[in-house]
Amino acid sequence: MDNSLFTGRLVRLAAREPENDAATIAAWDRDTEYNRLLSVEPVLPPRLKDAREMLERPIKDRFFPFGIRTLADDKLIGFVILMNVNHVYGDAFVGIGMGDPAYRGKGYGTDAMNLVLRFAFQELNLHRVSLDAVATNTRAVRSYEKCGFVHEGQTRGTEFRNGVRDNLVCMGILRTEWKDR
Amino acid sequence: MVLQLFEGEKIRFAAFDADKDAEVFSKWTHDPEYLRLTEYEAARPLAPFHIKKKFEEMEKEAGRDFYFFVIRTQEDDRAIGFVHLRWIEWNHGNAHFNMGIGSPDDRRKGLGSQALQMFLRYAFEELNLYRLTGHTFEYNDGAQKFLEKHGFQLEVRRREAVYRDGRYWDALSYGILAEEWEAKQVSGSK
Repeated sequence: MDNSLFTGRLVRLAAREPENDAATIAAWDRDTEYNRLLSVEPVLPPRLKDAREMLERPIKDRFFPFGIRTLADDKLIGFVILMNVNHVYGDAFVGIGMGDPAYRGKGYGTDAMNLVLRFAFQELNLHRVSLDAVATNTRAVRSYEKCGFVHEGQTRGTEFRNGVRDNLVCMGILRTEWKDR
Repeated sequence: MVLQLFEGEKIRFAAFDADKDAEVFSKWTHDPEYLRLTEYEAARPLAPFHIKKKFEEMEKEAGRDFYFFVIRTQEDDRAIGFVHLRWIEWNHGNAHFNMGIGSPDDRRKGLGSQALQMFLRYAFEELNLYRLTGHTFEYNDGAQKFLEKHGFQLEVRRREAVYRDGRYWDALSYGILAEEWEAKQVSGSK
């Protein structure tokens, strides 16, 4: 069986199981710093029930969620989601969260992002993939640059946390710019 | 004089009234040029019934944080367009807006400019937002000039994000900060 589409150097993309994965995901969200980087919504203490309901939601046409699991010991260490997939123009947004702090800054996230780009361009046949990141999250921005994302602008002062305004960095990668890694 | 948020010299803001407005909003969805100037989603004509349904869905999706005003002329109380605010991030003071003037006959008469100025006042002085984001497309020169004239800055150019009429176009997003808008009011350049 050829499963290379979902298998990288360090991680693989897998379906997320409501029963098995909800507790792990809810535990990650207790980390405020991590949770704030994931979304602009106000952070809340996580509830197991919410995490399970999120995983049970039907997977629709414009939404492709994956769990990130290590190849070494099949441990769930994060998630990556292609969302707002627009099949008319071939555009989508991607969001990634490396929930397990032990696996940050070591290439696991970059490997997972490369896999989801492969899926976007080789399976969904998209034309481009977009993402936003908080400007202060330099580790994430560096990883996205490594995957081939190009800076497309910044929205000024969009993030307001701890009394400080930060820009959001907007990036995109075209099918023609993407290299299978 | 008492501050008027919904009354302008030539136009006013009114609540969407399905019984009165669904007909003319339906008519505009039969004009692909208008849809391409104002909408990201692929064009599709909608009957008044579906306009009403769509409005109810938008209202439900956004909950209480949904601001949709019909632009009506003062002279003859005609509905000529809309302006709305969505995806409000209250904790950051950011929101996205969109607007349209349905008929070409009502464009280039300063009606849209008056509506945008009134809407900026509403966003910054009533909702106390910090910034407002507006979106348009590479091919829509009119909207780009319009946003720039009213103090918006081009912030993001999402390359080749829209495919229309056989080619890709960039999707542009513009931002204006409350302080930039206020500075314009003081200097009197409306």
